Amino acid sequence: MPTRRTFLKTGIIGGVLLTAIALLQKQLDRIGKRALVDAYPINNSHGRVVAAIVPVLLEGSLPLEANARMLAVKRTVDAVAVAIGSLSAASQKEVSELFALLVFPPARIALTGVSVPWEQAKDDEIANFLLKWRNSPLDLLKSGYQALHDLVLGSWYADPAAWTDIGYPGPPTVLKR
Amino acid sequence: MISDPYVDGIARGWRVNDASRLDHDTEDEADVVIVGSGAGGGISAEILAKSGLRVIVVEEGPLRSSDNFKMRESDAYPQLYQESAARKTADKGVNILQGRCVGGSTTVNWTSSFRTPPTTLAFWQRHFGLADYTQEQLLPWFEMVERRLSIREWDVPPNENNDILRRGGDKLGITSHVMRRNVRGCWNLGYCGMGCPTNAKQSMLMTTIPAALELGSTVYSGLRAQRLEMEGDRVTSLMCVAMEPAGINPRSVQVRIRARHYVLAAGSIGSPALLLRSGVPDPAQRIGKRTFLHPVVVSSAIMDSAVDGHAGAPQTIYSDHFLESQPVDGPMGFKLEVPPMHPVLFATTLQGFGADHLAFMKQFPHAQTLLALLRDGFHESSIGGTVRLREDSTPVLDYPLNDFLWDGARRALTAMAEIQFAAGAKRVVAVHEDCSGWDNFAAAKAGIASLALRPLSTRVVSAHVMGGCAMGTDAKHAVVDPRGKFMGLQNLTVADGSLFPTSIGANPQQSVYGIVARNISALAESLTGHPASPMA
Repeated sequence: MPTRRTFLKTGIIGGVLLTAIALLQKQLDRIGKRALVDAYPINNSHGRVVAAIVPVLLEGSLPLEANARMLAVKRTVDAVAVAIGSLSAASQKEVSELFALLVFPPARIALTGVSVPWEQAKDDEIANFLLKWRNSPLDLLKSGYQALHDLVLGSWYADPAAWTDIGYPGPPTVLKR
Repeated sequence: MISDPYVDGIARGWRVNDASRLDHDTEDEADVVIVGSGAGGGISAEILAKSGLRVIVVEEGPLRSSDNFKMRESDAYPQLYQESAARKTADKGVNILQGRCVGGSTTVNWTSSFRTPPTTLAFWQRHFGLADYTQEQLLPWFEMVERRLSIREWDVPPNENNDILRRGGDKLGITSHVMRRNVRGCWNLGYCGMGCPTNAKQSMLMTTIPAALELGSTVYSGLRAQRLEMEGDRVTSLMCVAMEPAGINPRSVQVRIRARHYVLAAGSIGSPALLLRSGVPDPAQRIGKRTFLHPVVVSSAIMDSAVDGHAGAPQTIYSDHFLESQPVDGPMGFKLEVPPMHPVLFATTLQGFGADHLAFMKQFPHAQTLLALLRDGFHESSIGGTVRLREDSTPVLDYPLNDFLWDGARRALTAMAEIQFAAGAKRVVAVHEDCSGWDNFAAAKAGIASLALRPLSTRVVSAHVMGGCAMGTDAKHAVVDPRGKFMGLQNLTVADGSLFPTSIGANPQQSVYGIVARNISALAESLTGHPASPMA
């Protein structure tokens, strides 16, 4: 049973979130529409969010050497963009709304708890955001986490470069005419 | 060496049109136009073409065949699956795997073949007025499609992923059986889900569609059936829009197809959606209702020795123990099977991220996974979902996951963990955001009992969309009659899994084949005045 106090607390937090979302709606529509007409499925600012969360979602998988690491992150961000571009039009719109939310500073602070721009955020701050969304009582945030999870991990493991690390030999060879 | 039959066929003059390359509006005409080229559309095309009718098949997805099948998830999901294999229910609670290409889901399914279970047929007779859906009357049709599609029991030893289901079950008195598969000369590679690279799978892509093309039928790929146009109680044309080459957005190029008869086989989301977009008569508001999924919950295990679940026929062993040990209309029963283990499918299904996720992924060769397919639609608390249209007129399935279902899911997760430990698992993980796994069954049992089962925390997937245009005799509940004829219009027939008034309780492809073969043979006879000849 929730106590009166926890109920009040979640009530207030819930209310703040809803107000924030309502205030954002207009901004979202504007950014969302602009993002939709971009030829590239995610724009540069969206790409910076992905670049920030990739090392956290893929902790332990990325190369340690700085240059190789940077290239692996870049490759994954590009693959995520391709993956988004292959989703249905309706899903692409939802994903672009999600990124519009994440790059809008007031929403970033209110909804993710990340207090600085994405490229400056520390890994543990990003991990906290992912955990918070993963365990959120709000379906919207939970499904946002899962979208990021599936896009990044799916893109990573689609790449043969990731297969050696997990002992997957790749598909066999079938000779075609 | 494998040669691609479409390369030869097209060279011989098969009428295969890629609508994504059309540069102007056009019209076409046939005796029958079929929307969809999957299990229902493929069977319909062959039967109608063999009856001497001029047939056009309209497929929204692309034509891809063995030369294109590279056994890579990164190729297969965007090209061959609805919404890049990321189709979701409205609340995102269920991820749906459904084909979208010539051959539909039969091009990418795992070849598991079952006749419609007797329990399901008896339920349909009792509750939906489907008096001639008896085992005896359907048997010749099931046998016919078995001959046509080489459906027979798999006589090669199961891979380890499947054998663990058998071994663990045996220790607990949970009986399992060997599956039947629609394959001929299968190489036992394990990549059925990415399009069969050796043409062994007897999918619609390899059987009925080539047969219909050989008889002069036309197939349009990259063409979305947008709406039916009507006059009085007849459909007068099918308006289609060409897709752009990437297959995501429609272009402004239209194709109008006129026919004497219209057959809908766009699957249990696509067929109701086309009817809803067309505004066909639906006085009782039944279109798109009672859409079922066999919602699947997932349990993964780490075994001592290598499993290599990516290699070998993906599904060869199943258990109906938990379907048969309780009444069909009681608490939800479930069928046990295994999935193929492929990196993207596994990594995206598995919960968590970072070091925890990686620790499990590093055990990939030792990972084993069980699936429980929950049998939905047989109880008053299991009414399935509803297909509705988004603003852009594309469909979405609203399928609420309720406590009745979670009760089944909890029993299923417990049963799967017990089987995995009985087979020697070192660790079992219920695929759920709150679960980090257990080392023995006692801990797993207690852990699963206290897991908060709710949407988005519990991973739920589906590869079987059924219902939405339910057949029956009572217009208050049914969309089509027992032969699939749409109740409100003279020349419209539904011929796919959307007919089913409940889920099937088994992988549905052969139910679609057999039931559609009977219904469309009757349609062919009514259109030509002669009995349809058997498919095999």
